[in-house]
Amino acid sequence: MTEITYVLKVEDIHKSYSGTEVLRGVSFNVSKGETKVFIGPSGTGKSTLLRCVNQLTIPDKGRVWLNGEEVVHSHNKINVYRQKMGMVFQNFYLFDHLTALGNVEISLIKVKKMNKRDAKEKAMEELRQVGMEQKAHLYPAELSGGQAQRVSIARALAMDPEVMLFDEPTSALDPELTGEVLDVMKNLAQSGMTMLVVTHEMGFASSVANEILFMEDGKILESGSPEKIFYHPEFERTRKFLSKMTELYGDLSQKNG
Amino acid sequence: MLNAVIESLPYILSGVIVTLGLVALALGLGLIVGIPMAVGQVYGIKWMKKLISFYVWIFRGLPNLVLLFLFYFVIFPLLGLNVSPFFIGAIALGLRSSAYQTEIFRGAILSLGEGQMLAARSLGMSKNQAIRNIILPQAFRIALPGWSNEYPILLTDSSVCYAIGVMEILTRGNQMVTRTYQPMPIYFTCALIFILLNYGGLHLFHSVERRVYIPGFGSGER
Repeated sequence: MTEITYVLKVEDIHKSYSGTEVLRGVSFNVSKGETKVFIGPSGTGKSTLLRCVNQLTIPDKGRVWLNGEEVVHSHNKINVYRQKMGMVFQNFYLFDHLTALGNVEISLIKVKKMNKRDAKEKAMEELRQVGMEQKAHLYPAELSGGQAQRVSIARALAMDPEVMLFDEPTSALDPELTGEVLDVMKNLAQSGMTMLVVTHEMGFASSVANEILFMEDGKILESGSPEKIFYHPEFERTRKFLSKMTELYGDLSQKNG
Repeated sequence: MLNAVIESLPYILSGVIVTLGLVALALGLGLIVGIPMAVGQVYGIKWMKKLISFYVWIFRGLPNLVLLFLFYFVIFPLLGLNVSPFFIGAIALGLRSSAYQTEIFRGAILSLGEGQMLAARSLGMSKNQAIRNIILPQAFRIALPGWSNEYPILLTDSSVCYAIGVMEILTRGNQMVTRTYQPMPIYFTCALIFILLNYGGLHLFHSVERRVYIPGFGSGER
């Protein structure tokens, strides 16, 4: 079985919303410890693709394997798969009635059935990893966007996922706060976490990605190393998109730090 | 005139416990029925939503007194149940309140947006776990100011139970009027009791609101 060598295998995902095809056959494989970055214009199905991977959106067609096991949308099994695929959302979606600590704890207590003391210990450890242990007792309304997003990363990591899915994690943040979230993500990638990232942060993409996938119109137009995509893209469309992004956000080589 | 008040006061005041009993039971029944219906209304399957809408439509659409008579003269006799007027009154008021409470909680759940549910599901929670641990605790806090409104509504509405002879404040007041022929001071006394009960209850609910306050939900100060 060749699938076993991949942490994640995605095959021919299709998804339509009321007649409009958002995804038109997307396939890719992810090896352990790899960071794949999805770029491309808005509305090309990048976020939908991530949600199809953990089945928050059920694809019309196509299959997903996690560690060689097919992810099926059957009632109880899907909840087990989702624990292994941490997700970080553009708008954080922290649980507003719980403190930072409570946000990280709750799934440990309710889903993993950990006892309260162990859950608290593990949650504090995760918060420490994202530099938020000092703010553990604050509520989401009392956190800045960057802090909130770091908590949401800790919340996903607490479930010990095999893969992390980042859906435009910095798009709702102002540039000043973007850096602190990207730093956390960089550390995570370097520590060997397998990651799928949808982002417009080209600096992050070029410095962290093992592979960049350029999506357009519900399909992967081309993919390759950052070096290839940024400097020798095959398609004119890719080059155009990247030069637009550079125009908007500055030269990516300066953001590599 | 003052004599009539002094004479009637202990008798009328002993109706306070009956009135508050009606209100408490009705509020509780409304809550127990209203919350699952609100959840069903938002997350349920199609026929369930339709059924709940129908229920809400009926119980909000009938005048209080009509509903009370239906229960007292038709439904309970047809069922062959021998239930005291007090409980019939509490059930009628409670089911009516449940229809309003369904709408209050439904609105609160909808105001949360889809993100809370998505985040909960992404962590591996089942739909039920997400509703119990994430959706409802937030919906309660959002609903509380509107929900508190049910107290003065039920308190004032409870006086229609006079019509089926529940020994609440107004029934007792009426009895004293027929005995003393002094309607003015006695009804005034009844009014005063209702308004004081109203005041006390609102204070209670505001203190609950303050107690469950969390940054990001409501003002917290009052």
